Amino acid sequence: MSVMSVNREALMARISTRLSVVGLIPFLLILIVIGMMLVEPRFYSLPNLFNILRNTSFLAIIACGQMLVMIVGGMDLSVGATAALASVVAAKVMAGSAASYGLDPGLAIAVGVVASLGATAAVGFLNGLCSVLLRVPSLIVTLGTLSIVSGITLMMTSGIPVYGLPQGFIVDFGRASWWGIPAPAYVAVAVLAVVWLLQRTTLLGTYIYAIGGNPMAAMVSGVSATFYVVFTFVLCAVLAGVTGLLLTAQMGSGQTNLGGDRLMLLSIAAAVIGGTSLRGGIGRAEIVGLSALFLSTLTNALNLLRINSKKELVVLGVVVVAAVAIDSLGRGKAAVE
Amino acid sequence: MHGVSGSDMTGLAPSEPPADSKLLVAPVPAIQKGGHKLLELVEISKRFPGVRALDGIDFDLAHGEIHVLFGENGAGKSTLINVIAGTYPPDEGKVIFEGQELRHLSPHHARLIGISPVFQEFSLVPDLTVAQNLSLGREISRFGFLRVAQMRRRAENLLAELGFDLDPRKIIRDLSRAHQQMVEIAKALLSNVRLLILDEPTASLTERETLRLFALIERLRRDNVGIIYVSHRMREIKQLADRITVLRDGKLIGSRKAADVTESELLEMMTGRRIEVLFPTIGHKPGEKLLQTTGLSVGGVVDGVDFHAKAGEITGVAGLVGCGKSELIRAIYGLEPVTAGKVLIRGEPCERISPALSLNRGVCYFPADRVVEGLALERPIRENVSLVASRLPPLSSFGWIRRSVERRLTRQLIERLQLRPPSPERTVAHLSGGNRQKVMLARGLTRDFKVFLFDEPTIGIDVGAKIEVYNFMKALVEAGAAIVLVSSELPEVLHLSNRVYVMHRGRTVAELADKDITEQNVLAHFFQETREEAAG
Repeated sequence: MSVMSVNREALMARISTRLSVVGLIPFLLILIVIGMMLVEPRFYSLPNLFNILRNTSFLAIIACGQMLVMIVGGMDLSVGATAALASVVAAKVMAGSAASYGLDPGLAIAVGVVASLGATAAVGFLNGLCSVLLRVPSLIVTLGTLSIVSGITLMMTSGIPVYGLPQGFIVDFGRASWWGIPAPAYVAVAVLAVVWLLQRTTLLGTYIYAIGGNPMAAMVSGVSATFYVVFTFVLCAVLAGVTGLLLTAQMGSGQTNLGGDRLMLLSIAAAVIGGTSLRGGIGRAEIVGLSALFLSTLTNALNLLRINSKKELVVLGVVVVAAVAIDSLGRGKAAVE
Repeated sequence: MHGVSGSDMTGLAPSEPPADSKLLVAPVPAIQKGGHKLLELVEISKRFPGVRALDGIDFDLAHGEIHVLFGENGAGKSTLINVIAGTYPPDEGKVIFEGQELRHLSPHHARLIGISPVFQEFSLVPDLTVAQNLSLGREISRFGFLRVAQMRRRAENLLAELGFDLDPRKIIRDLSRAHQQMVEIAKALLSNVRLLILDEPTASLTERETLRLFALIERLRRDNVGIIYVSHRMREIKQLADRITVLRDGKLIGSRKAADVTESELLEMMTGRRIEVLFPTIGHKPGEKLLQTTGLSVGGVVDGVDFHAKAGEITGVAGLVGCGKSELIRAIYGLEPVTAGKVLIRGEPCERISPALSLNRGVCYFPADRVVEGLALERPIRENVSLVASRLPPLSSFGWIRRSVERRLTRQLIERLQLRPPSPERTVAHLSGGNRQKVMLARGLTRDFKVFLFDEPTIGIDVGAKIEVYNFMKALVEAGAAIVLVSSELPEVLHLSNRVYVMHRGRTVAELADKDITEQNVLAHFFQETREEAAG
C-alpha cells in the first residue's frame, strides 16, 4: 500500500463525511434560531422553548427506535400506529382498573404502563418475526401491522378518546415540570443515554451494527441474526409505546389518532437526517437526538410563522427527500475511485 | 444506431465493417502494416480528487497485437482502460486511434468506432435472457416491432462461433459467474471490434473455458484486432503477450517485449522491490488428525467425500470451478447443509454444525467473497476484526464490550499483519483488496483456532499481499495449526500444500503427497475424468 493511496483514502473518507447531512444540522439549527430571533420574538418565550423541548423529547424517543431498526437494515412504518395502541391500551387499563377494581391510582398507572408496553412489544415481536423468518421485507410487514394495529385500536375505542385517566398521570407526569424542566425531557434523556450506552458499550449494540453492516458476514461469524433483529423490532415498538404514553399523559386521554402518519414520517426523517444509513449499519443515537431537536425547532418555527399544518406536511416531505438525496450523493461521490 | 442490419455478425471479421455503420472517424483500411498504430496514447494524465491516477502515460498498440497491462491494484490499469473506453475523459494528453485524435470520447462513441471493453463488473441486465442482453442497444426491429427470432438467431450464431456452450434463452441471473463472463465477452464481440479490452477475463473461468477464450483471442489477433489484456496471472501473460507494460502508482514503469522479460523482472517492476520467492518454504510437521470427514455429501454438489487434515500441515484441495471444493469446506464450517456423512473435529463427531458451533470447536473459515460474506464495509476495522471473538472474555463480560481491550487487540493485530492504514477506526470500505483480506486474517487471530479453512484466499489481491497471505499461512502451520487450502490458483495449491486432494464432480478423485504434487499429476486427474466422461 503506497503512501499516495493512503492519502487518497483518507481524503475520500473526509469528503464523504463532509458531504453528509449530519454536518449540516448544527449549521441549519443556528440559521433557524438566528432567523427567528430577527422576525419572531415569541420564539424565545419560555413556554415556546418548553414546547420545542417537549416535542423534541417525543420525537427523539420514537426516532431512536426507528434508527435501531434502520441500522439492522429495515424500516418500521407502524411506529405511529403502535404509539396510538400504547395510548389507548394505557388509557383503557388505567381508567378501567381504577374505576372497576378500585385500584390505587399509582398501582393503576403501573398496570396501565406495563399493559401498554407489553402490547407494543407484541407488535414489535410480530414485525421482527415476520421480517426475519418469513423473509417479508420489513417495509411491507410494518405496512401490514400499521393497518392491523390501527384497526385494533379503532375497534377498541370506536375512534372516541378514552377519558378517566388517573389525575396523577396527567398532572404529576405528563404536564409536569421537574426542577423547572418538562418531565418528558428527562425520559428522553434517559432513553438516549441507554441507547447510546447500548450502541457503544454492549455486545448487543455491536451485533446490531454488524448485522446491519453485512448480514451474511455476521452469519459466517457465528452471529445469529434472528434473535437480534427481532429484539431490535421489539425495542423500536416499545420506544414508540413510550412516546405514546408521554403523549397520552400530556393530552389527558387515550387517542386513536395520536400522531399517526405524521409521527411515523417524523421518526424516519429524524433518523435519516441524523445520519442513519438506509442501507443499514450506520446510525448513532446522540446525532438522531440532535436531529430531533432540529426537526422540532423547524416545525415550531413554521407554526409561529403561521405556515399552516398542511403546508408543514409539504415542507417535511421535501426535507426528508432532500436529506436522503444529499446523503446518497455524498456516498456516491465517495464510491467513485 | 437503431436498425442495424440483421446480418451484423461481423464481430469476428473486423476487416469488413457493415455498410450502414456510422463510424465517427473516417473508415480507414483495417490493415495498415507500417502505417498508423491502432492506438496511441500520448502523455495521458488523469486526476481524481487528491490523487494523480495517471501521470503522463505513453502507450501504444499495433494492429493484431496483444499488449498486457500489468500492475498492482490501484496502479492505474483500470483508469487507463477506462480512458481508452471513453468512460473517463483524460485531463491531459492525446488519444490517437488509427491516426486520428479522438476528442470527447464517450463509451458509446468508443463502441461505434470499434473499441470494445470487457470489464470485470458486468454490464448485463440480470433479469433478461442471454439473447436479449446480447441485443441490448442494437435490437433488430421493423416498424418499431422487435424481430425476436432474428435476434435470437444472431445470438445463437455468435455463441456457436465462439464455441461457448450457452443457451441464449437462459436468464442471466441463473448463470454461473463464468457463464456470465462468457456472455459479456460475446457482447463485446457482437459489434465491429478493432480494439478489444479484456480486464482479467479468466478470473472466473475454468481451465477449459480459458483455453477456449485463448483460442478465440488468437483468432482475433489473426484478424488484426488489437487487444489490451489486463491480468495478474503469469502463465497467461507468458502464453499470450506480445508486449507488457507495467504501471505503478499511476506512472509508467516500462514496456517490454514479452520474449525479453522474466517473471521476476516483471514482479520487480510491479512492486518496486525484488521478489526472490513468491511461495515461502513451509516446514510441514503433520501431527494429529484435527479434521476429518467420512462420506460427506452436500446435496448434489459434494458426494461422499472422505477427507482429513492434520495439525502442522497445509492440505490443498484442487479442482475445476464447480467441482464442489468450496462447498466441501463450507459444509464443514456449517454454511452448507450436510445431507449425509460426518464431520469429526479432533476425532469427535459433530452432531450439529453451525458457524457459531464451529468457531467454538476451534474452526475458522475465511470466505472467498470478502464483500458478500466477510466484511461489514461501513463498519470500522476494529469491529470487523473482533466480530468472532467479541462475545468472549476478555473482549466482553456479561454483554458489555471492553472497548479498551478491543482497541489494544486490534492495534496489535494491525501491527502484526502490517495492515495499512494502521487506524482501527477506519471503515473497511476504504481499504484495498489486500488490506481487506488482512482484516479477515486478523479475525482468525482473535481466538484460539486450531483449524483454518481458506476459500480462495488470494482472489482479487495483488502479488505483494499474496506473499503476506502465504507467510501468514506458514506462521499458522508452523505453530501447529491445520490449514485446508481451497484454491483455483493451481500454483498456490502446488507450492504450499503438503498433501493435495483433487476433486471432480463432487468426489475426491486423487490424494497426492510429497513428490507426486506436480502440475502434470493434478491436471491429469482433472482431464482423465473428463476423458472418461467423453468416452462413457
